Amino acid sequence: MMALFFRDLKLSIRAGGGAMIGVLFFMTVVAVIPFGVGPDLNLLSRIGPAILWIGALLASLLGLDRLFQAERDDGSLDLMLMQETPLLFTVFVKCAAHWAATGLPLVIASPLLGLFMNMSEIAIGATMLTLLIGTPAITFIGAVGAAVAVSLPRGGLLVSILVLPLAIPVLIFGVSAVYAVIEDPAPFLPPLMILAAITLFFAVIGPVAAAAALRHASD
Amino acid sequence: MRLMAEGLSAKRGEDLIFNDISFVLDASEALVVTGPNGSGKSTLLRVLAGLLRPESGHLKLENGPPEIAHPSELSHYLGHRNAMKRELTVAENLSFWRDFMGDSPGGRGATLAEAVEAVGLPDIAHLPFGYLSAGQQRRMAMAKLIVAYRPIWILDEPTAALDAGADRLFADLVKAHLGKGGIVVAATHQPLGLDRMKELHMTGFEHLAGDHWHDA
Repeated sequence: MMALFFRDLKLSIRAGGGAMIGVLFFMTVVAVIPFGVGPDLNLLSRIGPAILWIGALLASLLGLDRLFQAERDDGSLDLMLMQETPLLFTVFVKCAAHWAATGLPLVIASPLLGLFMNMSEIAIGATMLTLLIGTPAITFIGAVGAAVAVSLPRGGLLVSILVLPLAIPVLIFGVSAVYAVIEDPAPFLPPLMILAAITLFFAVIGPVAAAAALRHASD
Repeated sequence: MRLMAEGLSAKRGEDLIFNDISFVLDASEALVVTGPNGSGKSTLLRVLAGLLRPESGHLKLENGPPEIAHPSELSHYLGHRNAMKRELTVAENLSFWRDFMGDSPGGRGATLAEAVEAVGLPDIAHLPFGYLSAGQQRRMAMAKLIVAYRPIWILDEPTAALDAGADRLFADLVKAHLGKGGIVVAATHQPLGLDRMKELHMTGFEHLAGDHWHDA
């Protein structure tokens, strides 16, 4: 299983892998916001956490459609379906590798983009922490969409649309946890705990659903 | 070990592709599936590999390891696509599949060096798979068959894109596998020159009743 993890990591950083595409998209989206909103520093720091979260959500949806489609196109998916190893472990490991290649760079890039948005240190720290906890959920949810759309050419947008409603709670609790840090009376821990619960929930449900979808998509 | 298929039939969408196919393969036996294009050879092989559910009938393994749920877990499947990543080197591809698949009980896979030697391309394992010609890619996909041990090989047009020398090399690989007590099911038009070979001639949808098989 570690072999699969490292192979997917290697693939994502080789040519055409697309690990950097997500980060670039994230940076582009966030970097243009100050130009659009104007130099109102208070406004920027107020909307900053939300913008970072929206940017990260869209960026993590970007490469998801190729998660299983690339395997299907070259026949690797057939072999993965045949193994004694339960398919859901294979899916889980692929999700983990996908997150490490595309989600983790977003988390690492977020402090820099937080500076763009005139966010305070504590807000940047909180955004990083919530992104770290929340983005795996988006990958696991996205895996289900990617598995459903595996046999569709140009399923990319479809995956995003399928996945977005399920990813909305992640966004809501991620952003509200950050705002709880900035605005004193709101409690920080409950939204963070719910965010962690969502991630754990989808870490279990996602691979099961995606594995079932892949089995039925095989033709 | 004995692989038995009983009354297999399969559909694609609403169309019946083949009907009531049965065969028995003992250790060291090969089944060659022949027939015109579109007669259902690939569909049959995908059913054997557990990638398509048969409409009726079932597949059984006798005297195999007890913990096996489906014979596909003991099978290699070489389809039309090579299941290798163009961006990774040949060695990376092969070592991934060896680690990921692992060996079935009762055998041991070849080392990487032995495998690329066996397909006659020992010097290019360091190149990205995408740089190779179609024939070289096919040979490397065959090397995948021996890096992880599987007693059953399911091969779909394995010799497409191969030259005459590679054809012989492939026949040798199959013979060596059969010699070790393996089972081979192959859709191919190339004569393999095997002693214990069964032939299944598929005639396609219009002549469903006419499918038959015989010992060659």
